Amino acid sequence: MSVALNDIVLPLAHFTLEVTVTMTARTTGLYGPSGAGKTSLLEVIAGLRKPLRGDVSIHGRIVNDLPPRKRRVGYVPQDDALFPHLSVRQNITYGGAIDDAVIDVLDIAHLLERDVKHLSGGERKRVALARALLSHPEVLLLDEPLSGVDSELRARVLEYLVRIRDEFPIPMIYVTHDLAEAGVICEEVVMMEKGRVVPST
Amino acid sequence: MSDWSIVALTLRTAALSTMLIVPPALAVSWLLARHRWRGKSLVETLVALPLVMPPVATGLILLHVLGRRGAIGGWLHRTFDIDIVFTWRAVVAAMMVMSFPLLVRAARVAFEEVNPRFEQIARTLGASDARVFATITLPLAARGIISGMLLAFARAIGEFGATILVAGSIPGRTMTLSLAIYNLVQLGRDADAFRLLGFAVVIAFAAVWIAEVTTRRR
Repeated sequence: MSVALNDIVLPLAHFTLEVTVTMTARTTGLYGPSGAGKTSLLEVIAGLRKPLRGDVSIHGRIVNDLPPRKRRVGYVPQDDALFPHLSVRQNITYGGAIDDAVIDVLDIAHLLERDVKHLSGGERKRVALARALLSHPEVLLLDEPLSGVDSELRARVLEYLVRIRDEFPIPMIYVTHDLAEAGVICEEVVMMEKGRVVPST
Repeated sequence: MSDWSIVALTLRTAALSTMLIVPPALAVSWLLARHRWRGKSLVETLVALPLVMPPVATGLILLHVLGRRGAIGGWLHRTFDIDIVFTWRAVVAAMMVMSFPLLVRAARVAFEEVNPRFEQIARTLGASDARVFATITLPLAARGIISGMLLAFARAIGEFGATILVAGSIPGRTMTLSLAIYNLVQLGRDADAFRLLGFAVVIAFAAVWIAEVTTRRR
């Protein structure tokens, strides 16, 4: 189980993303200050941004030429991007059939018929996680999952993330700018700064 | 020729015109909103042209293109034995050309306002481009598209200049509300003209009002 980025080059507004890294842990934290290029890197893995050059491989399969819909990534963006015109149930089943295990672990059974406009930050995050999980991804890409959540609820959402990690055998790449948060959930941490991976010492 | 049959002819042709321009207008506006391509600005200009040209001039072009000796009209006449000019079909054609830019403009803005984020996420969830368009883009842009359709419909109802050239003003066949009002005034039958004017005002008011209500944010 691994996600490998080999010699990825992607020019961004203020610097160029230049990354070579292999992530083999069950949960890898992608840690760095805001604007380090972490989100762009997730988008490269998901196929939403095309790098100038370089290879992306997911579990040994080179996916450079695969469109996002064939990459089997569960991307949960920072803003959740729940489809505003669909109910919670329609959102989570967009990419795959409903699965009680996922519903139970994330504790969203009571939210299924709700309108997504009436969810709290923590509920939105759980629904977005369920939607990603139900599409049977081979890797979960989580972009600052605690960002839109009130500070008093963060610990609870973090618990749900730990449960996902423990219940489902899907590797996770977890973007955060909080090292403590990465410490709770990640086995390994990759540090990024200005588009480059900082070598661990 | 009763008021009602004039109103019915107008509503029927305007509704058909609006339905017929929806597929091409959505295709063009989606391409304009979401893609960059060669010749894009040329297409933008061509699409906007009927808005700024004198409608009579547009009508004259249509008359030549759709007439029996014209490129499209000649082909239709030879192949299907269908005549356009001076029939109700010409009324629809004139309405289509004149209202097309309004729908394209509204739909383009509607598509541009759809956050591409939702489309991207739908793709990561395994959806094909067609499914993304049908289940994400179109529903999220629906409100703007519907209001554009109503404006196009209202513009079609009011169409005069192009219609009178390409369809004439034949009572019971091509005489729409606008043409009938003009005709009645010419004949000095102002009272009859004012009665038709009442219909025109009611229809225009209803269309614009529904457009306003549907575009209002909840």
